[in-house]
Amino acid sequence: MGSALPLGDPAPLDGLLPPSAAVGAADRAFGVYVHVPFCRVRCGYCDFNTYTASELRGARQVDYADHAIAEIRMSRRVLAASGVPARSASTVFFGGGTPTLLPADDLVRMLGAVRGELGLVPGAEVTTEANPDSVGPDDLRRLADGGFTRISFGMQSAVPHVLAALDRTHDPARIPLVVGWARDAGLDVSLDLIYGTPGESLDDWRRSVDTVLEQRPDHVSAYALIVEEGTKLARQIRRGELVGPDDDLEADMYEHVDDALGAAGYEWYEVSNWASSPGHRSRHNLGYWRGDDWWGVGPGAHSHIGGVRWWNAKHPAAYAERVTAERSPAVGREVLGTRARETERIMLRTRINEGVEIASLGGGGPEAVAGLIADDLADAKAARAGVLTLTRRGRLLADAVVRRLLDD
Amino acid sequence: MSPRAANPPVPAATDPALIRNFCIIAHIDHGKSTLADRMLQITGVVSDRDMRAQYLDRMELERERGITIKSQAVRMPWAVSDRAYALNMIDTPGHVDFSYEVSRSLAACEGAILLVDAAQGIEAQTLANLYLALENDLEIIPVLNKIDLPAADPEKYAKELADLIGGSPDDVLRVSGKTGVGVEDLLDRVVERIPAPVGNADAAPRAMIFDSVYDSYRGVVTYVRMVDGHLNPRERIQMMSTKATHEILEIGVSAPEPTPTNGLGVGEVGYLITGVKDVRQSKVGDTVTTAVKPAAEPLAGYTEPLPMVYSGLYPIDGSDYPELREALDKLKLSDAALVYEPETSVALGFGFRAGFLGLLHLEIVTERLRREFGLDIIATAPSVVYEVTTEDKKTVTVTNPSEFPTGAKIAEVREPMVKAAILAPKDYVGTIMELCQSRRGSLLGMEYLGEDRVEIRYNMPLGEIVFDFFDQLKSKTAGYASLDYEPAGDQAADLVKVDILLQGEQVDAFSAIVHRDKAYAYGVLMTGRLRELIPRQQFEVPIQAAIGARIIARESIRAMRKDVLAKCYGGDISRKRKLLEKQKEGKKRMKMVGRVEVPQEAFIAALSGDTEGKEAKKK
Repeated sequence: MGSALPLGDPAPLDGLLPPSAAVGAADRAFGVYVHVPFCRVRCGYCDFNTYTASELRGARQVDYADHAIAEIRMSRRVLAASGVPARSASTVFFGGGTPTLLPADDLVRMLGAVRGELGLVPGAEVTTEANPDSVGPDDLRRLADGGFTRISFGMQSAVPHVLAALDRTHDPARIPLVVGWARDAGLDVSLDLIYGTPGESLDDWRRSVDTVLEQRPDHVSAYALIVEEGTKLARQIRRGELVGPDDDLEADMYEHVDDALGAAGYEWYEVSNWASSPGHRSRHNLGYWRGDDWWGVGPGAHSHIGGVRWWNAKHPAAYAERVTAERSPAVGREVLGTRARETERIMLRTRINEGVEIASLGGGGPEAVAGLIADDLADAKAARAGVLTLTRRGRLLADAVVRRLLDD
Repeated sequence: MSPRAANPPVPAATDPALIRNFCIIAHIDHGKSTLADRMLQITGVVSDRDMRAQYLDRMELERERGITIKSQAVRMPWAVSDRAYALNMIDTPGHVDFSYEVSRSLAACEGAILLVDAAQGIEAQTLANLYLALENDLEIIPVLNKIDLPAADPEKYAKELADLIGGSPDDVLRVSGKTGVGVEDLLDRVVERIPAPVGNADAAPRAMIFDSVYDSYRGVVTYVRMVDGHLNPRERIQMMSTKATHEILEIGVSAPEPTPTNGLGVGEVGYLITGVKDVRQSKVGDTVTTAVKPAAEPLAGYTEPLPMVYSGLYPIDGSDYPELREALDKLKLSDAALVYEPETSVALGFGFRAGFLGLLHLEIVTERLRREFGLDIIATAPSVVYEVTTEDKKTVTVTNPSEFPTGAKIAEVREPMVKAAILAPKDYVGTIMELCQSRRGSLLGMEYLGEDRVEIRYNMPLGEIVFDFFDQLKSKTAGYASLDYEPAGDQAADLVKVDILLQGEQVDAFSAIVHRDKAYAYGVLMTGRLRELIPRQQFEVPIQAAIGARIIARESIRAMRKDVLAKCYGGDISRKRKLLEKQKEGKKRMKMVGRVEVPQEAFIAALSGDTEGKEAKKK
């Protein structure tokens, strides 16, 4: 989650949603995202809404679970008062920051609040992100016992100089260890990789991909490094101390990871995500791309219910103040019009292998798709079945594809 | 001696024997304006309190650049041996582009002060204007200025001047416009040496227009030199070139503020206001006579201004097109040499093809459009006028490469030539000759001025001069060389049109007419520039340079391979959607050449040679 909040309308103090948010809710899955805004150190590339101990201005880490639980309670009241039918959460995702900086008990307590206030569907997917150097076997067992089903490790690279360039502090040798503990605890495992780090060669990247494959995780995410304005990394590149990512090299890296994972039996289901089987796709994240509903808990978290998006106060101290006063922590929101919802639908659905129904694209759709097929951006076979999905070249140029589809 | 005349001669009733008409020939920054200011002060026409530095250069732009674009005339009283004279100082433009105006200013005078910086010596333009003055039989008073400067070397340059115009170095006056030293002597010398004007007071009036200035409050102010007869207030006058008649609303002299008089008589210099709103109705060089009893013959020397250089002017923001049209319409009122007509370009949209007297004129017009009208504009590479004859015996005048005939076979192309004179320290002779040869020049001659400076004369195509020649000359001579040129007919040359193609589509703004030997170099330069500046597309884009159907250079922009945001989760969606909407807006400003999207900035940077302007690419 990028740290800068979007520009929007002010959010009402009671957090109530307009009636439009409830329309069609029964047909949409419901998920809960819990943001944990703490890190031991801030990585040079990261612009997420997260804080080290020295940056917290009196908002205490030990109180955090209570504040999040207060918002979870509030969410039930707000949804009910807004006329949104009650739905149990089919997914819960703890992200950060570094959720595992909190004691496992805190995480379990927050999950308990979701279960108690909103409900969890049977077989719900419950994920937490974790930093390889902030979890031990006991923590993992406690999480599994408390209802967590899945863990996503921010591995980023297996190559020390690449990890150093990213300011990551973990020892790559810990990866097999933490993966083993997670498996022993009965958790599904996902590994996150970053490519395009300054100084990373194609060979470095191959080594990282090989290391991932040795672990046989259930799920892999591979992200091209995004140089966000305002980060230390952006400053280093601007000053010429580091060389920024090169698009062609990143394209080579993407093709390599896609080939290697494909050969090992993984299937891509989103631009940057691969799963060992359809059952191991991240259902929570699919909710974002399918336009489902979710409530985002925590400082700076974004929520989406039926075309209404809102976002919370960014700083943990400001957030804590609001929720303890029983005020909505939301500071801004937008009610999407028909056009914006359609833009988002196309923008998000083209990213996933489920694709977009060509018939839903309107009058110019078929012609645009024909052009995309001619340019080797859209899959011809899927198109014959009435669905637009991207070829690998298309995935690498997904933003350009979306712009073409949105052309008037 | 009483410097300030006690009883100055009255305008409209001044005996021609008491009139002295003169101008100052000087190079930019040799101190002409400062000297003129000092004369105004010493003769008392401008009080010390009202003295404004460089009083005569009115336009803001002129003051800033230290050059005079438009001339004016000032009447100053001056007494010698108790006799009061009227001195008319006619300020001349100092640049080659305005040589016709210079020639008319000179024709209005009987004498000229040749003003040379005592630390720098004479420059090419000054020399050219000096020759022009000598051809007009003007009495020349050589003067060294800035003698107060530590670097001044009056001995050396006095000798140089004496060598040039004859006489002894001792005849060369030494002044300082800044301190005023020697200026009174100079005024005395003007009275003594410059002949009084001669004319027939009883003949039908004939007055030569030597300048015509648009004033937003008063309309056109016409500056004239009376040759014969007398013009009176409220009289109906006729312009002899067009036979158009106007009524004189005001007639007077500049002293230096406009001062109405009871008319103007033989030999006098002054202004007329008739209420016309366009300087084209009051053309420099034309003869003014009376409508009731017009003169039989106009004064000699009138010609229409002829554009030498053409360029396309385009607003950077296409929606400014109507404003650009309006601005040009307004500029035209004060600039008789400016011509233009609408033009469309694939790369640049709607604009105008405009003709100019030369590069400085082009620069002044674009600068005024920016400054006075707040317009952001781009000027395409300047082009000269070619005469192209096809094998079916048709001749086309080409002011724009797009007019170059393509269907028929070309029999002959004629290009305008100039005689260029370059003045520089002798150490640079080799460098300058090399540059001129590379620009297809042929040496006409070379002469030493004094011991260490040389005048080198070349016959050269004007097309070579407008393409970056002056900048090259300056940079290769550490700024020491000066340049002047005058039209010198035309010549047949092996010229071709080079087109630039983007994915097979011609990009009109980059077509150029060049010599066949240079076509390849131009092709390589432009295709290379565009490759740097045009962002990668979803497909490979070939960039070619071609003469007709023959490709002479080729580059290609590799297809873009990655354009996707790696992460798009719950908190990223709004931001990402807004970015897409913004990119969609940006796309509307893209120029489409076939399927290739090109940011306008890329075209502009390529035209201006700004390959550093890679911002366009980094979207």
